[in-house]
Amino acid sequence: MEHLTAETFDQNARAALADTQLRGALKNLAVTFGERRQAAIATVENWEDLRERARSIKDETLAHLDKYLTDFADNAEKAGAQIHWARDGREACAIVLELLKERDATKIVKSKSMATEEIHLNAALEKTGIDPVETDLGEWIIQLAGETPSHIVVPAIHKTKGQIADLFVEKVGIEKSDDVDVLTKTARRILRTRFAEAEVGISGVNFGVAETGTILILENEGNIRLTTSLPKTHIALMGIEKVVPRFTDLDVFLKLLPRSGTGQRLTTYQSLITGTKRNATDEGPAEVHIILMDNGRSRMLAHPTTRQSLACIRCGACLNACPVYQQIGGHAYGSVYPGPIGAVITPQLVGIGKTKQLPFASSLCGACREVCPVKIDIPELLLHLRAEIAEGVTETSTHKFSEKLAFGFYSFAWSRPEFYKLGTKISRLLQKFVAKDGKIGKTSGFLAKLAPPLGAWTAWRDAPTVAPKSFREIWKSDLENK
Amino acid sequence: MKISLFITCLVDQLCPQVGKATVEVLRRAGCEVVFDERQTCCGQPAFNTGYRTEARKFAKRFIEIFEESDADFIVSPSGSCTAMVKHFDELFAEDENWRSRAARIAAKTYEFSAFLVNVLKIEDTNASFSGKLTWHDACHGLRDLNVRDEPRKLLKNVRNAEFVELKNADVCCGFGGTFAVKYPEISVAILDNKIAEIEKSGADAVVACDASCLMQIGGRLSRLGSKAKPMHIAEILAAQE
Repeated sequence: MEHLTAETFDQNARAALADTQLRGALKNLAVTFGERRQAAIATVENWEDLRERARSIKDETLAHLDKYLTDFADNAEKAGAQIHWARDGREACAIVLELLKERDATKIVKSKSMATEEIHLNAALEKTGIDPVETDLGEWIIQLAGETPSHIVVPAIHKTKGQIADLFVEKVGIEKSDDVDVLTKTARRILRTRFAEAEVGISGVNFGVAETGTILILENEGNIRLTTSLPKTHIALMGIEKVVPRFTDLDVFLKLLPRSGTGQRLTTYQSLITGTKRNATDEGPAEVHIILMDNGRSRMLAHPTTRQSLACIRCGACLNACPVYQQIGGHAYGSVYPGPIGAVITPQLVGIGKTKQLPFASSLCGACREVCPVKIDIPELLLHLRAEIAEGVTETSTHKFSEKLAFGFYSFAWSRPEFYKLGTKISRLLQKFVAKDGKIGKTSGFLAKLAPPLGAWTAWRDAPTVAPKSFREIWKSDLENK
Repeated sequence: MKISLFITCLVDQLCPQVGKATVEVLRRAGCEVVFDERQTCCGQPAFNTGYRTEARKFAKRFIEIFEESDADFIVSPSGSCTAMVKHFDELFAEDENWRSRAARIAAKTYEFSAFLVNVLKIEDTNASFSGKLTWHDACHGLRDLNVRDEPRKLLKNVRNAEFVELKNADVCCGFGGTFAVKYPEISVAILDNKIAEIEKSGADAVVACDASCLMQIGGRLSRLGSKAKPMHIAEILAAQE
């Protein structure tokens, strides 16, 4: 499958809207996840207090990130883990490759991790002839299909049951069945043998505790438990923003994350890993490597507005609540992280030049901010990035000249009542050519080219006309002295 | 009580009847209403598209004009334009003087339905309208200003009218300012869910507190030949049918 890029977001979105299978797969997203989330948050009394608490923990951590990271690293090492620091994705991939090479390991199992997606770790491994096996069911499905995740939490949400059944026939060679039980049992049978032979397990991290050096990973399928406990070596890739100061802080996030993400009161498994096994006869990996990765995060940390982007706990609630995501799904964003939070962090991670459509791919409705368990003001961040793009703070001097001109003209004319009133009069004259029964219908051809916004509007919607008498005129004649 | 109207450019130019209805309802409630003709636009299109220099110009102008007024409150028949006034201070992060002036103006600015219920303590405007009504929560009114119950209280007290709750009333209509023309296909895909719910509700009028959402919803209803009409809450509350 050809991977989409953020540069062509508009085209990707149009293609997504025309894809009836995709729209069918996404149809119940909002209802299912929305209702489950509602039911789950109703089981805690102090939801708003929890959100406040979580955000203040994140803010405190980010304000002293250097301290908490070194605490985490020291304590993890004391418990037997080995810490590696990676400035960017390339360094992180190189560290993983080196660790595999040193151990002569080629049989790798992986559990679902957005951080490894972010650095395209699988592609880096495949280049050296290693085929890592994704062991999360959804991830395994998209790996079979040669695709990328379209959702942070539910990677194969864009696929219908029928498509998955066909995929299993083609790639696994079973007889066609759309019985979910048959499909999952097939996956389980194949993945169990991969686990048994695996030499190294690679995972992500949900939270890293500074005071103990513990990492916490959440999941529902048990594949993470296997990935991190069965192979002799465990490598965990952790973004530097994942650290929290105290073990008791986990209590807050364990209440928030599963409820927000999948509408669960708790995930089925919570793996707390503190270093390696203590005795040679214990079960568990002999080696635990934790790679602490920056990859653009310290840039976000530097600005007081963008810093909150790092509070994200990757629950996916904003994707489920977003009316845009609900229509087009995740692939159209052309980025590892889709949806509202993706539109915010992608330009910050990879640079605004090739991603500048993303901050505009939102109606600013604020549904994302409403559901965010850590109260990230995503609309504020979108507006911040829009200003960077429009005002050319970054490398985007190519931003549409016609738009700049239009806004320059608007700010000149509409801040002067005499020009504003003249504009009303000119509109009344011009609309005579296009208006019928007090509205403007479909506008095409030359006229739509002359006024693209009018063409884009009227392709699907009638446009209102300027009233024969404006409010200010009515005020003068009928209202002022009444 | 003296009210200075912030009528908004959309109402001024495209639906002046909404402005007229706003004045009628406020006067009937015993308010003295004034309108400063120097006002134009709050700069929201510029702010939301990233043009902060331009937005700042509109904000300063707005603040200067309304600072001169001795009115007790500034009232606007728009949730999103009211929300823009509440955002003004963000434009002056490095200018303490303008920031506090912006905050003072924002503190006395109210969306129309919230002003009626929360300041004037009026939940019944003695309006009468024959037909079935439903309410669409415009996003900025709902999520920036927290206006949710106020319009419903007012609409439920309208004589002869039947109020029905719209399913997914709090979901965006897909307008989003320049979003509606930058990504018209996505905007309309979102809108069509809203239209489907309005049709299912059987309402004669879909009511909102924002001319922009009403333009989006109304434009599609009109194109599809629906019987449901877009109406501003001020028009309903002024009605004496």
